[in-house]
Amino acid sequence: MKLTRRDFIKSNAVAAAASVAGVTLPAIKSATAADGDDGIRWDKAACRYCGTGCSVLMGVKDGKVVASQGDPDAPVNKGLNCIKGYFLPKILYGQDRVTQPMLRKTNGKYDKNGKFEAVSWEEAFKIMAEKWVAARKAKGAKGVGMFGSGQWTVWEGYAAAKLMKAGFRSNSLDPNARHCMASAVGAFMRAFRIDEPMGCYDDLEHADDFVLWGANMAEMHPILWSRLTDTRLTKKGCKVHVLSTYEHRCYELADNPIIFEPQSDLAIANFIANYIIQNKAYNKDFIGKHVNFNKTTTDIGYGLRPSHPLQKAAKNPNKGKFNKIAFDEYAKLVSEYTVEKASKMSGVPKKNLIKLAKAYADPKRKVSSFWTMGMNQHTRGVWMNGLVYNIHLLMGKISEPGNSPFSLTGQPSACGTAREVGTFTHRLPADLVVKKDAHCKFAEKVWKLPAGTIPRHNGMSDKAAQSDISGKPMGKTLIHAVAMHRALKDRKMNCFWVMCNNNMQAAANMNEESLPGWRDPANFITVTDPYPTVSAQAADLVLPTSMWIEKEGAYGNAERRTQFWRQQVQGPGESRSDLWQLMEFAKYVKVEDVWPEDLIAKQPEYAGKTLYDVLYANGQVDKFPKQQVTDDRGNEYGNDEMDHFGYYVQKGLFEEYRLFNSVPGIPKKGHEMAEFEVYHKARGLRWPVINGKETLWRFREGYDPHVEKGSEVQFYGAKDKKANIIFGPYEPAAEMPDKEYNLWLCTGRVLEHWHSGSMTRRVPELYRAVPDAVVFMSKKDAKKRKLRNGSMAKIVSRRGEIVCRVDTKGRNKVPDGLVFVPWFDAGRLVNKLTLDATDPLSKETDYKKCAVKISKA
Amino acid sequence: MSDTDKKHGMNRRQFLGNMLKTACGVGLVGMGLGIYSNRASSLPAHYLRPPGALPEEDFLGACIRCGLCVRDCPYDMLFLGEVGDDVATGTPYFVARTGPCEMCEDIPCIAACPTNALDHGLTDIEESRMGLAVVVDQETCIAFHGLRCEVCFNVCPIRGKAITLNMQHNVRSGKHALFIPVVHSEACTGCGLCERACILEEAAIKVFPTDLAKGELGKHYRLGWKEKEKAGKALVTPDVEHKYNLPEGVRYDLQGEGLIIEEKPEETPFSSNPLNSLNSGFLDSK
Repeated sequence: MKLTRRDFIKSNAVAAAASVAGVTLPAIKSATAADGDDGIRWDKAACRYCGTGCSVLMGVKDGKVVASQGDPDAPVNKGLNCIKGYFLPKILYGQDRVTQPMLRKTNGKYDKNGKFEAVSWEEAFKIMAEKWVAARKAKGAKGVGMFGSGQWTVWEGYAAAKLMKAGFRSNSLDPNARHCMASAVGAFMRAFRIDEPMGCYDDLEHADDFVLWGANMAEMHPILWSRLTDTRLTKKGCKVHVLSTYEHRCYELADNPIIFEPQSDLAIANFIANYIIQNKAYNKDFIGKHVNFNKTTTDIGYGLRPSHPLQKAAKNPNKGKFNKIAFDEYAKLVSEYTVEKASKMSGVPKKNLIKLAKAYADPKRKVSSFWTMGMNQHTRGVWMNGLVYNIHLLMGKISEPGNSPFSLTGQPSACGTAREVGTFTHRLPADLVVKKDAHCKFAEKVWKLPAGTIPRHNGMSDKAAQSDISGKPMGKTLIHAVAMHRALKDRKMNCFWVMCNNNMQAAANMNEESLPGWRDPANFITVTDPYPTVSAQAADLVLPTSMWIEKEGAYGNAERRTQFWRQQVQGPGESRSDLWQLMEFAKYVKVEDVWPEDLIAKQPEYAGKTLYDVLYANGQVDKFPKQQVTDDRGNEYGNDEMDHFGYYVQKGLFEEYRLFNSVPGIPKKGHEMAEFEVYHKARGLRWPVINGKETLWRFREGYDPHVEKGSEVQFYGAKDKKANIIFGPYEPAAEMPDKEYNLWLCTGRVLEHWHSGSMTRRVPELYRAVPDAVVFMSKKDAKKRKLRNGSMAKIVSRRGEIVCRVDTKGRNKVPDGLVFVPWFDAGRLVNKLTLDATDPLSKETDYKKCAVKISKA
Repeated sequence: MSDTDKKHGMNRRQFLGNMLKTACGVGLVGMGLGIYSNRASSLPAHYLRPPGALPEEDFLGACIRCGLCVRDCPYDMLFLGEVGDDVATGTPYFVARTGPCEMCEDIPCIAACPTNALDHGLTDIEESRMGLAVVVDQETCIAFHGLRCEVCFNVCPIRGKAITLNMQHNVRSGKHALFIPVVHSEACTGCGLCERACILEEAAIKVFPTDLAKGELGKHYRLGWKEKEKAGKALVTPDVEHKYNLPEGVRYDLQGEGLIIEEKPEETPFSSNPLNSLNSGFLDSK
């Protein structure tokens, strides 16, 4: 072979030079690419991960997901995905999927300290039912508990609410959204008397100023951040203000970067309100017509056990009451928060604070505020959410394109499931609450149950005590997620079912509050999950689930968009969907096991029936006969629940749920949804859906048909159709650094991993990209402790310790005095360190603030 | 050879490497091809030398094939060339995709080198230049399509300097941004962490020997804005103050946004054209 100099340079240098210059060479045509797609059936689904709600197309061949793509026609993501979404097919096929029920046994019998052994579904449910019925009888309504999920499908959450509230007559149901969205919900209810954002993602294209209050959108809502970035790049004058306690990826785009001392966001928000008032910039007309002024009860404690010194020291522990005040009084209350004071408390230069305040105060600029866990996981999270509403309401910058206080959600169906179908201890479907006798009665009527079935918050219906199978009066029934772990530890709750989340890795203060209760022989813990998570390892019974597109499903994202998908493939082995498990388990419990005689006497035809018969085979849920699921292209899909139960379960549950939100005579309007079939055709619809039309901006005339003509704006969640501005002051964090524990610890996520990593850490490429959790710390703090980038550090709090590698150079740049550790890593459980202090109103844990010390490991 | 087979499923790179070998075989060295001959006499593109390695020819002269650098690498990512490999027998190398350099601050491989084949003058690992990362395939790199990946950017140890993200408008979707990874040769050490982390089946970002990877600007040309930034001021006499004939309410910002038409605040709620009020639909609304 003879090469001339020219040939040589051509063949090599062209390739190299082309690559450097970014020129694309025609690829060698591969025969496999095009041919391999033959026979792939494509269908839409909502992405499994975050609250953004991207739509994806999943490609199935021979019963296996073999391909995926972003849905090019999805309005949210237009064919795009983040790196987690890129690998969606792989989360189904981790090599350690649990495929059979597993029970701890010794010598063939259940034993709390035994080893896990495969058992049949029948054996699993039998022992579970035995334990549950006994606990319910012995310990009353709080004797059993279920911890659900904002990753449940809509009908799974709905079926769970029915099973717990109506079947077991227990309000011991709470979702992991308690750790995530509860503060946002609390503030929505207080300010607007109706849940969920008024705006939608189109605000991302319409705002002039974006303000991020404790949200790392760049990593946690990657596709929304991509939209925000585009607006910043292409819209003249657009500015981005980023507030956080450390510098994260969003600061790459920040025009006004603000790092504040933890907890001082309360002071900053009040300063902005004060600035608006001092400069007389507020919208007089708007507040005159649409706003009430209030102040909230202060010194409310930290949601810790009543015996905790901090709780004892609080004057008004857990009090959420707020009272109407005049505008002048409100103005006086915020007047304390001058720029000097806010700057001193927060450590933020005055000029940055004023720049931020000016953006809100300029009537010509449209401002969208976004927030997530920085504001929700906060011991004053409800107040803090409210303080941002205060600013928007003072200016009337709300409920119109670009003017939007926007609470983002972390989970794919925190809105659609956790919040909308009533999976919180205090809620029922469609914003109804167990605190209201009338709401419970309405639910009982819809569910064809005797009046008084659902336990009221105080155990009183029609002013009389509700009777209970325990023989004692029902008593108080509400119990939130954090309290459930405390109740397990105190043996007040004996049975606990964790579904579709990993609470042993999530719940704070694992050593002192979570694990002791789970491993107490008095308690029986069931975990339903596709993978052997930390929670599964700590359980007594592990139930394998068919996840995500292995079942027909629906999610509701942060902009009120409800999205459906069909079952694409079958779950592996004997795995069964959460929906199947909830309904099938109900067959193992008889009405007599959990209802007192006087209740059954009200509806004697239910005597001898199972909870399944009463709740699901009720003539409504089982109304739609078995059918072949198809799309309009003639493809056929399986539906394992329909095959098993003999009717179209998902459709029956959804249509029954619509009796709460979409028919005349319902107690609370504003959550209207379209019929089941419509969603299988649409790329999601944003509720309220009225006469086939979606609602983009709520409470604004023209955009929202619930608003009466001529009224411009109506916050119709409240009787007087007004929103509440509620003053709340700065109050300190529960645990602050001191001489010994001298660093703030903040926890959170990274782009590559979803929540506890149970899915994404099983994708080799994502694991390779970010294998282990590290502690982000400043170089100065590291040096002080004889540490440097890459060294192993021991992090110790008053509750536990972990070891991980130091990162002083990475994506998060923390200030001196604060460290950040992500929580995805099952090998380094940062929840051993965190404190179970909660917002006393929302009961949501503050995962962003506790005190730790660090030394060389 | 088995090592080679195991470690690289990279056909295109092998192709490049083989070409170079062939070129070497036909005696291109003798043709005085300068830079290419250096490569050809040395190692193929997918083999990288440890930090501080002298230029290939000098390195081959200085390296005594003792293997101490391999022994002292705490991450076991260095290998010694074996008979039949494309790298001189007994000399150390690494392959970025499977085992990149972890950039130890104390550079133990250099400390172990008895001959200065790995330059003991190199004390700051960030100053090492083992190669240069190049985003070689913009067709498959998902960032170029608007997906939010950025794994290479996030794993880069010279954070924010060696790889940056260039944010651009996504014309296709119309409302998203692209976050394009751009490698900067003044900071990239060629450690290969990005190549290993690339989530594609075949990496779209790869480390090449710097001489293969780098273009060169015409010697006469300077980038004006960079020169100005370096100098901290204009290289020539600063511009005079410009004045313009402009109608009222209009400004001109020479260095900034150009023509600025200021919005007039509404003084009265009425249009200047009475017809607009007359035809405003007053009667229809009653």
